[in-house]
Amino acid sequence: MSVLVFSLIHLVRGDPIRLALGTRFSQETYDALRERSGLDLPLVQQYFTWAGRALTGDLGVSFRSGDTVTSLIGERLPATLTLALAALVVALVIALPLGMLSALHPRSLIDRVATVVSQFGISVPDFWLSIMLILVFAGLLGWLPSGGYVPLTEDPLGWLQRLVLPAVATGVVSGSVITRFVRSSMLEALGQDHVRTAQAKGVPTRQVLTWHVLRNALLPLVTVTGVQLAYLLSGVVVVEIVFSWPGLGQLAYQAVRDRDFPVLQGAVLLFALVFLVINLLVDLLYSRIDPRIARR
Amino acid sequence: MSAPSFEKPATAAAPVLEVEDLRVDLRTPRGTAHVVNGLSYTVGPGETVAVVGESGSGKSVSVLALLGLLPARTATVTGRALLQGEDLLTMAPERLRQVRGPGAGMVFQDPMTSLNPVLTVGRQLTEGLRAHGPVSKAAARARAVELLGEVGLPDPGRAVGRYPHELSGGMRQRVVIAMALANSPALLIADEATTALDVTVQAQILDLVERLQSEHGTGVIWITHDLGVVAGIADRVLVMYGGRCVEDGTVDDVLERPVHPYTRGLLGALPDLAADPDEDLATIAGTPPAPTDLPAGCVFWPRCPVRGDARCETEQPPLAVVGRGGAGLPHRAATWCAEREAS
Ligand SMILES: Nc1ncnc2c1ncn2[C@@H]1O[C@H](COP(=O)(O)OP(=O)(O)OP(=O)(O)O)[C@@H](O)[C@H]1O
Ligand code: SF4
Ligand SMILES: [Mg+2]
Repeated sequence: MSVLVFSLIHLVRGDPIRLALGTRFSQETYDALRERSGLDLPLVQQYFTWAGRALTGDLGVSFRSGDTVTSLIGERLPATLTLALAALVVALVIALPLGMLSALHPRSLIDRVATVVSQFGISVPDFWLSIMLILVFAGLLGWLPSGGYVPLTEDPLGWLQRLVLPAVATGVVSGSVITRFVRSSMLEALGQDHVRTAQAKGVPTRQVLTWHVLRNALLPLVTVTGVQLAYLLSGVVVVEIVFSWPGLGQLAYQAVRDRDFPVLQGAVLLFALVFLVINLLVDLLYSRIDPRIARR
Repeated sequence: MSAPSFEKPATAAAPVLEVEDLRVDLRTPRGTAHVVNGLSYTVGPGETVAVVGESGSGKSVSVLALLGLLPARTATVTGRALLQGEDLLTMAPERLRQVRGPGAGMVFQDPMTSLNPVLTVGRQLTEGLRAHGPVSKAAARARAVELLGEVGLPDPGRAVGRYPHELSGGMRQRVVIAMALANSPALLIADEATTALDVTVQAQILDLVERLQSEHGTGVIWITHDLGVVAGIADRVLVMYGGRCVEDGTVDDVLERPVHPYTRGLLGALPDLAADPDEDLATIAGTPPAPTDLPAGCVFWPRCPVRGDARCETEQPPLAVVGRGGAGLPHRAATWCAEREAS
């Protein structure tokens, strides 16, 4: 995978050194910089040098700012994770009640409304939604700031105010997808024979719903939520730019603009790593809640 | 084989269950399915009524309807079903919940899907115990272990902590039986309860049920294809076809002096019951009618080898008394051509 990341980036046209140096520079400066960044070496050798260092946590130095890539990413990572998790919370807060209600009352008014809303949510592009949110809540109503970021430790309220709109913009799509999913997996769980067994024992309805329906509906839901979290992380790139949220997405975007290879490579590698970690977590969680897997 | 017992005058005491004109319609994509069409029977305290009939005759649906366990959106249930005098079909939901378990326990047909895959066996047993009164966790667990032992599960102390997928089909079947027996129900409904079990375990379960019957006066509805079981435990037999009772009476009357052509067909391959008690029901040429498309007249006429009456194809024969069994219980059959043997 790291090979993929590496080669994809090197397919990009444009000489990074030229871009970094601007318009006026001597051939000597150019050569010196090129040699220092290793760009004069053959690509394969560049790759192994890069990969070897990456393993030790050294992702190189930004062409543009001269900071280490690791420190740049370290600065940006918390903001992105915050946004992605907040978006996931938004998604689940929408999806769980809406999906469950729809499943418990199929074809009712609430089910129809949920279908329309989630269909809309699935099809709306996130940049469009971001802009609409800014126009309405920041512009028209003036309730929330249109973007920016302050650390939680400095100004908790300001942090929250700036988090709401980007989190909603990122979370709505996933929320809609998960709503559909909660509905169908709840319906499936409701129809299972063992639910009838539980009812036949005289178990109170609420308990039947939590322990026999929801508990089983949860299994497929964990997988889908993991996938959606990964999806959210990719969604934040666009939203971060629109809301000037100083996260990895913005960093990656700037790196592309500046042909800042080391930063871009580092950011993409980190996204890939996060995907892997999410998958691992999903597997772990799954084996904890499904005894059929845990004991295998 | 148990003869109709004089020392157990089943219908003399107030019945545990009285079903009157039970009808179940199910909405299906192919139209309304008339699955149960006017079923009436009683189950006395300590009495065992065996329900037999081909696949699709409405046996499972008729008992699920009693406990309100059919999908509410598609099922229409009418008639009366008095459990110890209270009508199950019009009961308030909370009262019905209280009745499920201690009032009527149910063993479901398919042991593979009847247990929740993500909860331990113990959890599923104690849940039923604790739903009906304050029982401490420890006491419920102890009772669960005891129940599993009673249904013959090896090492019940360990079994309570296991998940259904860790048990064999026969073991799961016994867990499902234990759950139905957990609250010592007044009525036990067993739908193919011992089909997955080997003969010794089956005998153990039947003994257990008999003990429950003598201790608590439990009435039993036993749905089965196994005539050996019918002959072994039933006091009375009810033969179902096309959602109707086509013949009922004491086990001797129905098994030895069957009147209805359908019952005769079922028993056909069985010249001597005592010789081979584990024989299943015989197969009859043709297929049962689709519940969406029941024939006019006698439900059995398209397959009936007798059809000895002009009314067979046009008019539905009533369930009429054709004789009296040993205990004075009526032997009834719904056919225009009953061969009324003196009995
Ligand atoms: N939920 C349902 N919706 C629609 N039709 C159903 C439903 N459940 C059962 N049926 C139909 O009702 C009829 C009777 O089914 P039922 O399960 O009661 O038969 P059974 O006598 O128990 O058969 P078996 O011996 O195979 O268990 C069948 O034709 C079946 O297809
Ligand atoms: S009524 Fe006629 S068709 Fe029906 S079982 Fe009797 S003889 Fe056969
Ligand atoms: Mg059945």
